[in-house]
Amino acid sequence: MVQTRLGRNESISGWMFVTPALVLVGLFMIWPILWSLWMSFQTGRGMNLSFGGLANIQRLGADPIFLTALTNTLIFLAIQVPIMILLALVFAVLLNSPRIWGRGFFRTAIFLPAVTSLVAYSILFKSMFATDGLMNHVAVGLGLIPAPISWLGHPFWAKVVIILAITWRWTGYNMIFYLAALQNIDKSIYEAARIDGIPAWAQFFHITIPMLKPVIVFTTIISTIGTLQLFDEVQNITQGGPSNATLTLSQYIYNLTFRFMPSFGYAATVSYVIVLLVAILSFIQFRVARERR
Amino acid sequence: MSGVELKGVRKSYGALEVIRGVDLEIKPKEFVVFVGPSGCGKSTLLRIIAGLETISQGDVIIGDRVVNDVDPSKRGIAMVFQSYALYPHMTVRDNMGFALRFAGVPKSEIERQVREAARILELENLLDRRPKELSGGQRQRVAIGRAIVRHPEVFLFDEPLSNLDAELRVHMRIEIARLHKELQTTIIYVTHDQVEAMTLADKIVVLRDGVIEQVGTPLDLYDDPANQFVAGFIGSPKMNFLEGVVENGSLLLAHYDGQKIPLGPVSGKVPDGTRLVAGIRPEHFGPNGSARLAVTAEIVEHLGGETFVYAGNGGREILTVGMHDGRAFKPGDKFEAAFDPAKLMFFDSQGLRVS
Repeated sequence: MVQTRLGRNESISGWMFVTPALVLVGLFMIWPILWSLWMSFQTGRGMNLSFGGLANIQRLGADPIFLTALTNTLIFLAIQVPIMILLALVFAVLLNSPRIWGRGFFRTAIFLPAVTSLVAYSILFKSMFATDGLMNHVAVGLGLIPAPISWLGHPFWAKVVIILAITWRWTGYNMIFYLAALQNIDKSIYEAARIDGIPAWAQFFHITIPMLKPVIVFTTIISTIGTLQLFDEVQNITQGGPSNATLTLSQYIYNLTFRFMPSFGYAATVSYVIVLLVAILSFIQFRVARERR
Repeated sequence: MSGVELKGVRKSYGALEVIRGVDLEIKPKEFVVFVGPSGCGKSTLLRIIAGLETISQGDVIIGDRVVNDVDPSKRGIAMVFQSYALYPHMTVRDNMGFALRFAGVPKSEIERQVREAARILELENLLDRRPKELSGGQRQRVAIGRAIVRHPEVFLFDEPLSNLDAELRVHMRIEIARLHKELQTTIIYVTHDQVEAMTLADKIVVLRDGVIEQVGTPLDLYDDPANQFVAGFIGSPKMNFLEGVVENGSLLLAHYDGQKIPLGPVSGKVPDGTRLVAGIRPEHFGPNGSARLAVTAEIVEHLGGETFVYAGNGGREILTVGMHDGRAFKPGDKFEAAFDPAKLMFFDSQGLRVS
């Protein structure tokens, strides 16, 4: 192709415009990704590193703490994400109905947790679920439980508290996506359904859900990624306890890097486990959601 | 087939009354068109018949049943929406059969009904497509098909052609007329396009500000409008309106440099000094009229078969003159527009017809 002088000048200007951004992206995004990949093949403690090949990957399989963290993370994922997505969907459909009184108030109230600071709300949950906290006072006072529960000291209840906390924090955030999508659906589709005599439940399952499918896939993937990276809440509410019952992968990476004798190479390997999980789960979710032809 | 009757129907949103007392009788198998400018309440009235809007007062009767509190799905109606309102994730087949699935119709029967509707609408090759893979006209036909399979007593069309381009609109208009012949059902059709109204309707209902201005056959409304609004609304291009005052048995025009025109049909019936508006349709000008009006052509539109000249004589009013032999006309030409005074219509200061 013959390049005119004008064309050459334009492409030089173009490159000049994008170069600063490219340099920054390369330096702060692409380089760390490649460097951490390289790190994940290094073994040793502190700065005393040497190339270990697949040693770190073998270590994963024999590391009980890693397996606990992986199991915990997957439990959080499998239980919390579906509950939250369903709850967000129900809230969105309810709060989209013009017949609900005080819609604006409830929308704001349910969305508000999403703008609170992660640390602040975690500390609040910790105090609420302390053995002498608000939850126990109320529950015992109402006679729901005979004696105070040691929420944060029991492996099962500690997981429940974490799930409650992240559900409280993120349901409204997901609801906003659904509300936005619902408001984009042509109202006359529902009017047509009314005239067609489609019952309300069938309108929900056969019209609303399929029309929201792209948004549901999007929020599911975002929530999956968020849960796989879960850190702030557990770090502040339970510190991963009791006895690693709520330890997550991200927290384990943090511990490997900053709390124990630093093991940068192995920590990088665990990070890549998260990357791999995100990739696999997103792929599956896209496949499941793909339009059947 | 059922007719539809509205008795003293009123509808308000808070303090705002949008339908202000409508009485109307629609006979079985009739093709009725609601027409009027935007905001006149024609779509609201249709939605009231469909049951999508509740009424504040009056009765809606379909067949011989008062349906004020009857669910839309049980009124024996089907509606075609302006946006088509197809279910976007379903195929054409599922779109048309969806209502039947929930009416407890067996699968084989649904398939038969859908095939039948597809045959009538020439959609047979498109049954497995989704709405986004169809053209506007095809989507429109699917929307009609969805209505047909329910075998309604009354079809409701809410501005069904306004999202189509001009050529397709003419085509679909003919399709709908053909469909009415084939299905022999009552059709109520809303449009703001008076050409659609004229070409499709057995009976036109002209609405303005939530009240019926006039009901009649297309030619009734064209030949004998009850008021200036209907006269101006029906007919294209619009009827010319010329303001004037009665003086010595003729109308002294306000905007044509002191020219007078005869009073035609109201001659001798109105006293001197009465303010009147004379109406004359562009197509009623011709070479052999006994009345004449001297004007200067300002804009000339040559359509081939006919020519429209927009002319004036120094005043605010512009006269639209239609002619069949106007090829030689050009802007700036002075000429005398001739017409038969018998074709004139007169309206008083309230806009009511004087006869």
